[in-house]
Amino acid sequence: MNREVMLQKVRTALGRKPGEAPGSPPPVYFSRTDRTVEQRIVAFTGALEALSGHVVRCYSREAARDTVNAMIAGKHAIASRSSFLHELQIAAEVPEAASYREACASAEFGITSADYALADTGTLVVLCGAEESRLVSLLPPKHIAVLTLSRLIDSLDDLLARVPRAADITSSMVLITGPSRTADIEQILVRGVHGPGEITVVLVDA
Amino acid sequence: MSGAFIPVDRLRGTIADSRLQSAIYTATGRLIEKRASVVSPEALPDYQDLREQAHRVKRHTLENLDHYLEQLEANVAAHGGRIVWCDNGKEVADFVLGLARQRGANLIVKSKSMTTEEIDLNERLEHHHLEAVETDLGEYILQLAHEHPYHIVAPALHKTRHEVAELFSDRLGVQHDVVIENQTLTARRVLREKFLAAGIGITGANFLVADSGAVVIVENEGNARLTSSAPPIHIAIAGIEKLIPRAQDLAVFLKLLGRSATGQPLTVYTSFLSGPRRPGELDGPDEFYVVLLDNGRSKLLADAAKRESLSCIRCGACLNHCPVYRKIGGHNYPGTYSGPIGAIITPQYRGVMAHPWLPFASSLCGACAEVCPVKIDIPRLLLDLRSEVVRERSGIERVAFRAFAWLAAHPRVYSFVTAMAARFAPRGENGWLRRLPFFARFAALEKWLSQRELPVPARQSFRQYWRSRS
Repeated sequence: MNREVMLQKVRTALGRKPGEAPGSPPPVYFSRTDRTVEQRIVAFTGALEALSGHVVRCYSREAARDTVNAMIAGKHAIASRSSFLHELQIAAEVPEAASYREACASAEFGITSADYALADTGTLVVLCGAEESRLVSLLPPKHIAVLTLSRLIDSLDDLLARVPRAADITSSMVLITGPSRTADIEQILVRGVHGPGEITVVLVDA
Repeated sequence: MSGAFIPVDRLRGTIADSRLQSAIYTATGRLIEKRASVVSPEALPDYQDLREQAHRVKRHTLENLDHYLEQLEANVAAHGGRIVWCDNGKEVADFVLGLARQRGANLIVKSKSMTTEEIDLNERLEHHHLEAVETDLGEYILQLAHEHPYHIVAPALHKTRHEVAELFSDRLGVQHDVVIENQTLTARRVLREKFLAAGIGITGANFLVADSGAVVIVENEGNARLTSSAPPIHIAIAGIEKLIPRAQDLAVFLKLLGRSATGQPLTVYTSFLSGPRRPGELDGPDEFYVVLLDNGRSKLLADAAKRESLSCIRCGACLNHCPVYRKIGGHNYPGTYSGPIGAIITPQYRGVMAHPWLPFASSLCGACAEVCPVKIDIPRLLLDLRSEVVRERSGIERVAFRAFAWLAAHPRVYSFVTAMAARFAPRGENGWLRRLPFFARFAALEKWLSQRELPVPARQSFRQYWRSRS
């Protein structure tokens, strides 16, 4: 249908004129919490473990590298193009663009970093771009995310205060809160429906 | 299901089906408990403030909807996407068909969308030999069974693992298996191939964000992420009421939606999507469309009081808490949307006289309004719709009530008529009146009585008793 006709129907229903400015919307409402780093770690770990995710805290980059490499030893693991993962020297393949989709579809582990983590809910926040992409945290049955503590913020409110319009930066920002799950048959919880059924977050101190 | 008369036989069937009754009661009961545990003052101290804010933001958006639609359009375009304006389901189907033909796409994957249910999109596409596969586990089961969703949030809550085992072995040719984990794995395997082969992915939208041109989708399975990321074309189909002004408003809406729907502080995945894949991004669609659907919504906007029903964020809490829904289930409601929210929006879309009984199918207990995260006053809207039905209704009921009013205002006549009624009332069954006295045996009255339970009047009226006492 013609755009104008549809807009005009809406305007007529509301008694508004074309281009008429709206009144101001209610001010943005944020609930803020203030936690120390240690409190955030406790909250994040509690929230993610309640969803059967795993959290590993590493006090050095070497420890993080060893942790991840031990998890994926002998398995088919792929990593995103995250520069942080590269610096850590994770022993996983970084697929070429040409074979990227097939690599994601056949790997057992997908390893990413994350732009933020939300303590309140045990959530990872991934903005796609040159470093992170969509399918690497989605197609493999197991997801490992490695990030420094500086990325761990309090809450969704905190995220939206820092990133008021993700669309300015990326075509896709995704919030990941625990493993993929369903309860569609008889309300019985099953993990790993379409996305990863296992998720491990490695928090690195430095 | 549709019809002008209350589907008495179907309702009796649902109520007599003890397996179904227990499935509905257990599922909704579990959802009630889960919600309660995450909206308590300890778990979410500012829950009531969040509801009030959500209510205000939605009201403001609807009052200025044309402005926000235009803002959304500009921002979607700025990120390389396109808005498609559709008045009805046929226009949506024509757009999808046209695009599929141009791009040579034969297979479409879909994630859960009540809006596409509303316009029978799958049937329309199938009619033109275009395969559209539902990928949400519950929706996939229903598609194989050729059924419609039973619940806004838990579409297949009425299906047992045994029925799913039958369906899967029947339609997919897999081993009969009643283990739910294995059934889920089967769906994962079958649908994974579809995701990777599909030419178009169709999703709904939980929110359309005007200030960013973003589509926001919440889900638990990952099928909406796959649908919007794997195929080369992503089409999001949404009603025009899904707008919110700012991405920052999601701090309020996301907190309310997951909690009210499934008792989750946040669902597993929340995707903010805007435009096709950008330079430097490794994956994502090449084309991005947002279909804005009216389909009667602008009609609802016109009435300032009823406009409120467009604030619904489809959490399903009003269904779970409704004593009527919990008894009669989802398939006895006409239209796509069941429960209290369905009882207020279906009559507005279709006209109150399409199903004049629907606004009356409520005890007005108010549980729906109490749990609504955007504070829609459902009982008040039900009353408004009832009065519309009564105004529209020709003669009989109005005459009957006028006669009753006259009777009640004339004590002598009233006394005579009630004495006659007491004297000639048939005995009835277990103290309930099943038939009317001979002088009142009109077809319309009998029909009315067939859906109501009246106690048999006492042989002696109160007035007679009072006189005999002195």
